[in-house]
Amino acid sequence: MNCQQARPLIDFYADGELDADGILELEKHFHDCPACALEWRNAQALKKSLKQDALYFTAPAELRRAIKTELHSQVKPRENFWNWNWLTAATTSFATVCLALVLTVTLTRPSADQRLTQEIASSHIRSLMPGHLLDVVSTDQHTVKPWFNGKVDFSPPVKDLKAQEFPLIGGRLDYIGGRSVAALVFQHRKHVINLFIWPVNGKDSKPASLTPIQGYNVIHWSEANMTFWAVSDLNEKELMEFVQDYHTTNPL
Amino acid sequence: MASRTSIFMANGLFEQTVLPHLDAAYNLARWLAGNDHDAQDVTQEASLRAFKFFGSFRGENPRAWLLTIVRNTFYNWLKKNRPPEIAGELDDEALMVEDVSVNAEAVNLRVADASAVQRAIAELPVEFREMIVLREMEGFSYKEIADLSDVPIGTVMSRLARARKQLQKRLAGEFKPGGQK
Repeated sequence: MNCQQARPLIDFYADGELDADGILELEKHFHDCPACALEWRNAQALKKSLKQDALYFTAPAELRRAIKTELHSQVKPRENFWNWNWLTAATTSFATVCLALVLTVTLTRPSADQRLTQEIASSHIRSLMPGHLLDVVSTDQHTVKPWFNGKVDFSPPVKDLKAQEFPLIGGRLDYIGGRSVAALVFQHRKHVINLFIWPVNGKDSKPASLTPIQGYNVIHWSEANMTFWAVSDLNEKELMEFVQDYHTTNPL
Repeated sequence: MASRTSIFMANGLFEQTVLPHLDAAYNLARWLAGNDHDAQDVTQEASLRAFKFFGSFRGENPRAWLLTIVRNTFYNWLKKNRPPEIAGELDDEALMVEDVSVNAEAVNLRVADASAVQRAIAELPVEFREMIVLREMEGFSYKEIADLSDVPIGTVMSRLARARKQLQKRLAGEFKPGGQK
């Protein structure tokens, strides 16, 4: 290797983008060529110079606050919020204070959601014991969906996410929160995802929220009068992907 | 149903996944825009865009994803707010030629003083500055930078090489006397 060949490789070497053969040859060249060896030291010095903490700008607290405020205002767009007159507003805030007082007393117990999350995790763990996972074994959503007829009093939105690498492997009847629910079982690599579904009365859809529990991740959301609980030992990113894919895929 | 919007929109997940990278977003915006006020504007707008498009996030690398948005937001902002000659395109072909030349002057660079480095980076053309930030401060690979900034990987390499040459030249006279580690 000569200097002309060596020089462009110095950056790649410093950036960790040079293959093993290149590294060997380049190091050999440094050994023989003090000028290139100096270039290499200069490259390292420059790197260190650029990596100083003082050069990294951290986000000002005011910016962080402004963004959070803005996000929260986007979350609940209530068009007529500002049309409320002040009397209504005052009454509402008084009522809110009273409610808050009552809630502080009652909510020292775990909330309904917390209890459900625990139940979901337990049910997931139980389903993984031999012979408990599937009542209907099928990768065909057209088999799985009708299977629930007569077993639960609703028709769960069954979707196959094979294309997104979360194939449906079957379904199961389960019992959560004092009622029969549908459990759809998906697989991602070796990981099992249980998706529990049952109907709810509220019209509001509820955005997804993630809760880690006992080493599992649980994501809960509601839409189209159904409530959904996805649980798996998948990492949160992949489970989020699953939920996002499920949400955007049309049911059959 | 089956809207394109994200089911994660409102709640914790956006904040959990994306907001931890707010420093990186601001740092990039700050280096690109050159001052705190504009950087805050760009970062805020980018964060809101990220929030709106969170549904399209595929869950691979939230930091790279957010920085892509910051970068795009910045260049849109630049088009609106700065005269075109500053936002001019770089001739990368011309840069390639010079990059391979062997540097005649044998400078002996040490770890330079932060304020000197800051000045030297600020003097770089914006297309070079972003390469330095993404590579040296964020540690992205050439491939990641190419994807993030939507230029061919060869352009990433040539811009980086050229940026470093300029920095070395500027810093050669300015290293701390006695140097550091």
